[in-house]
Amino acid sequence: MPALKADIITQLKKDILALQGFRPLLHKHSRIELGTINHSFPDSQFPLGVNHEFICNNNESLTASSGFIAGILSTLLKKGGAALWISSSYTIFPPALVSFGINPAQFIFIRLRNRNQILWTIEEALKCEGLTAVVGEPSFIDLAISRRLQLATEQSGVTGFLLRTKQQTLNTTACTCRWQIHPLQSETEDGLPEVGFPRLKVELLKVRSGRPGKWEIEWNNGSFNEVITKHSSAIDEHKEAV
Amino acid sequence: MKRFVSIWFPYLKTDWFSVRQPLLRELPFVVVVPDHGRKLISAANEQAVKRSINTGMVAADAKAIYPLLQVIDDEPGLSERLLKRMAEWSIRFSPCVAVDGDDGLIIDATGCSHLWGGDKFYIEDIIARFHKHGYTVRVAIADTIGAAWAVARFNKDQSIIEPGQHFVALLSLPGAALRLDDETTDRLNKLGLRQVKDFINMPKAALRRRFLNHGDTKAQRNTKSSKPPLGGLGVRINQALGLEEEMIQPVIPVEPYQERLPCLEPIATATGIEIALQRLLESLCKRLKQEGKGIRGALFKCYRIDGKIEKISIGTIRASHHVDHLFRLFALKIGAIEPALGIELFILHATKVEDHSPLQEKIWNSEAGLHDERIAELLDRLSCKIGIDAIHRYLPDEHYWPERSVKNVLSLDETTITEWKVNRPRPLQLLERPEYIEVTAPIPDYPPMNFRYKGKLHTIKKADGPERIEQEWWIEEGQHRDYYYVEDQEGCRYWLFRLGHYDESYQWFVHGFFV
Repeated sequence: MPALKADIITQLKKDILALQGFRPLLHKHSRIELGTINHSFPDSQFPLGVNHEFICNNNESLTASSGFIAGILSTLLKKGGAALWISSSYTIFPPALVSFGINPAQFIFIRLRNRNQILWTIEEALKCEGLTAVVGEPSFIDLAISRRLQLATEQSGVTGFLLRTKQQTLNTTACTCRWQIHPLQSETEDGLPEVGFPRLKVELLKVRSGRPGKWEIEWNNGSFNEVITKHSSAIDEHKEAV
Repeated sequence: MKRFVSIWFPYLKTDWFSVRQPLLRELPFVVVVPDHGRKLISAANEQAVKRSINTGMVAADAKAIYPLLQVIDDEPGLSERLLKRMAEWSIRFSPCVAVDGDDGLIIDATGCSHLWGGDKFYIEDIIARFHKHGYTVRVAIADTIGAAWAVARFNKDQSIIEPGQHFVALLSLPGAALRLDDETTDRLNKLGLRQVKDFINMPKAALRRRFLNHGDTKAQRNTKSSKPPLGGLGVRINQALGLEEEMIQPVIPVEPYQERLPCLEPIATATGIEIALQRLLESLCKRLKQEGKGIRGALFKCYRIDGKIEKISIGTIRASHHVDHLFRLFALKIGAIEPALGIELFILHATKVEDHSPLQEKIWNSEAGLHDERIAELLDRLSCKIGIDAIHRYLPDEHYWPERSVKNVLSLDETTITEWKVNRPRPLQLLERPEYIEVTAPIPDYPPMNFRYKGKLHTIKKADGPERIEQEWWIEEGQHRDYYYVEDQEGCRYWLFRLGHYDESYQWFVHGFFV
């Protein structure tokens, strides 16, 4: 009987998600494995075919966000496909993408200065169904722009990653997920003075029909893995105690 | 009755060089081709020929005859290219023009010369027009191709052979005038048959016996090839006399990819221009589709009633004959057209046309990657608006110097066999130019303790390196760089380098940011 109840509950949850405007993944999308982070998303799947925002206050967090995006794109681009990277203030060094398991030749990089042109390019690119993903740096966006971009994404099924580099305040936007990513000190096994695997602090500030959260992850062996540190385990214990 | 004009260019190549460099006109010069380690003269101009320097001589010998002789290297395929262009240009004289060997043209002038007021004016016009462009020509008109060819080359005094007179005109010419090969000509000379009249009335059977190996019998025996060999004496005699039909292969000029739309009423609205453009694109793309071609570049011209021409142009990354796509590209620029009082004529001209390779259609089109038509169309739209310079695609290049280790490629299809180098850490974000930092380093060749970048002090906790990258002296002179991969107290990872050795003047820079 409890099993039946659980079935009914999961079915009801799915119905509620559908009513909330959640769309299941399309056939062309592949699942992205992010470990425990996936539990925060509706249906435990990294949302694709939507817009993700990244709050980047400085160059370091911009690079960290780019790294996180590159890690996600490596799964998306494994089966072929192409992506567009539109930037204004910085340049991606293509050989570094190889260490994230991406062939940089699948990318088309666009460099622009004018913000209006950037927004136009991002919107045109998001409308193009032949692309797998679009990474854009619109510097800052307001509700109207984010709605426009979201509509473009919903029609085409392209996943958009928007880097907000000059955002002073966190305003309301129509994005599905909002992230903030910072670099963390890496750790080596025996405390050697060399630099270890890139480690990131990932904050999911907002997710539609999901639960926000905070994680520490590390890129090694071609995927993101959660790092269990003393600090975070202490938090968990504290939560359990409460 | 047919009439043919034969045009002979005695100095085709040298005339071409003289046109490009007018100084050469007064100087004796030769054009040479390398042949077994020596330079063989392939063409000599009139001044050189006057000094008895001829085609086929070795350049060194010619220099011995005339030490001031100018020597120019030949361009391969020059005469074919020139003659083809001239043949297309000569369509003004007659619709049927053919290239003849490597130094002449044949024009089928049947029924053409009366438009110029007779053979005399016709010939004079041809000579004058070629002369105006700097080419020396010898021209003859006759009833047969063979006779016109012979008279143009072997009779300086006569250029018009009246209808029916070609037999008489040929009689006093040498045997070679009948377009015979060297071997046949030699044999004729050996036999004392120096002029056409010596052998033209001989019985065919006698000639055939003597010229069995070079004559028409061989051609008849060899039934596989329908064309007689060039040296066939009997065939050549018959052709010159008009007893045997001779075919020429007329050049067919490429019809330009262009469409016109004249308007009864002048058009002054954007909608009107759009309709005109749509119609022109439809008819042009229909033709391109039939020929399996696509547009790479197109120009849309609007002729205004006040005499000004408004132009907009587009370019595409891949050849396309997709009307909607091309229209959208133009639509981005229609606003730039100023119709003023109105436009009376629209012309759409495909400036660059390439073969269009249709992709095989798939049910699931998701893995097409960069070969997807839709991406090419997106990039066309982007490049129309933001310019092609802003769009990059990178491939690895065989260099260690970071700035040169990637190359920018324009085409979407280009690939390389060079592999990406991944054995050393590379930053995800590379600064366009390295930025100067202040550094405290404990001992030489050791990673720095801390550095100050943009006014902020970073204490280095962990470091990898150095990785020395030398400047490529054959490209650029400069000092080497020692790269360090460092992490500061906040976990930010940087790519720093020191330019130059420790004991000399050196500087520290930050060059990139790691994830």
